[in-house]
Amino acid sequence: MSWKLFNLLLEASLMTIFVSTVSILIGLVLAILLSAANLSGIRPLQWFAKFFISFFRGTPLLVQLLLLYNLLPVIGVQIPSLVTAIIGLSICTAAYQAENLRGGFEGVPTGLVESADMAGFTPVQTFFHIRVPIALRLTLPALINEAILILKASSLVSVVGLIELTRMAQNLVASTFMPLEIYASAGLIYLVINLVVATAGRQLERRLPGVGGK
Amino acid sequence: MGFDFNVILSKQDALVSGIAMTVFVWVVGTLAAALIGFIVATARRYGGVIVDKALTVPIEVIRGTPFLVQLFLLYFGGPYIGLSLDALPAGLLALSIYGAAYFAEIFRAGYQSVPPGHVEAAECLGFTRIQIIRNILLPEMALLVIPPSVNMAIILLKETALLSLITVPEMTMTASAIGSQEYAFVEAMVLIALVYWVLVELAGVLGRFAEKKLSRYRLAKA
Repeated sequence: MSWKLFNLLLEASLMTIFVSTVSILIGLVLAILLSAANLSGIRPLQWFAKFFISFFRGTPLLVQLLLLYNLLPVIGVQIPSLVTAIIGLSICTAAYQAENLRGGFEGVPTGLVESADMAGFTPVQTFFHIRVPIALRLTLPALINEAILILKASSLVSVVGLIELTRMAQNLVASTFMPLEIYASAGLIYLVINLVVATAGRQLERRLPGVGGK
Repeated sequence: MGFDFNVILSKQDALVSGIAMTVFVWVVGTLAAALIGFIVATARRYGGVIVDKALTVPIEVIRGTPFLVQLFLLYFGGPYIGLSLDALPAGLLALSIYGAAYFAEIFRAGYQSVPPGHVEAAECLGFTRIQIIRNILLPEMALLVIPPSVNMAIILLKETALLSLITVPEMTMTASAIGSQEYAFVEAMVLIALVYWVLVELAGVLGRFAEKKLSRYRLAKA
């Protein structure tokens, strides 16, 4: 396999990294909102969050993407496949991250929340200034793990027509008939990206201060 | 715009066979994955340092690459190294190997959770290695291993949807085909999403039931 082909794969992997990073971040924001809904004590909001998390964790991402990709034109929404891919991945990872965060929010020391209440924080202030930072710190390992899962899951957005690493590999295989070399190279690139993320995550984990002896 | 589920439901024979194929691939693939994973974990425990280190490489490679790429590599790349498989066996093999890497880690954690004193006691009593695995290690780690195993089974169920991309006639492929023919793709996808959802919830319920049944094996310190 020539360097030219490998370079094409490397370029396409930038799209994989871009889509995954944006989706993880949007997913994180959505997950925090879902957690807020869960902690709000308002029944319909809690039901919605529960339903959302259960549905998107209970169905294959491929089916979600196929559904989204075909549903949008039917309801009259015309958006580029890049946006469709990001929406699909963000919604899916939001459900998983919300489930991870649930454990984090349970680990927030009650004393801190009570102190904030005493200090006159509104529930919303307590949520964003006390609960969220601590829950995020507690669930950092799970977040890194989810980032790796999404990097791998982003290979599925090839079915909605976005040219990322896997789709580029498929295209190159179609024109060169070298599936072995090309898919192995694509796999290698995914592996390296994931190793970098995992190592960076461990470093971050070590540098950041812990929470209350945890 | 209107959604019409009747056109999809009228193709129930095809749908049912697709669902049956999904369940078949899922059950066989998960069992094979668990078995291979168990063998790998056991080999790592008893095979010495070299086997242990050598086996971490494939495990990390499989865990670090997308299942879709592995599937394509096996199905489209396999014939170039003399491994020509039909879609179904290729899908089953890929699913088993993928799952095995994760099950190997689950069982490794299980082995580590058993107090060494119990194994040493059994050795002193003259238990053979097989007897130790069957009568000491497996029962003691069962409770710890069940929740992540159920979780893995659920992940594998969702991964079976990818087999549609190498033309295994499971439910995602069947539903896509019907949906395209009948111009009711969205309805078809909603329907099978619900089927997956029910299967996932069912697996979760079964897992919690198994956990309850096995709780009599709980170690005193736990």
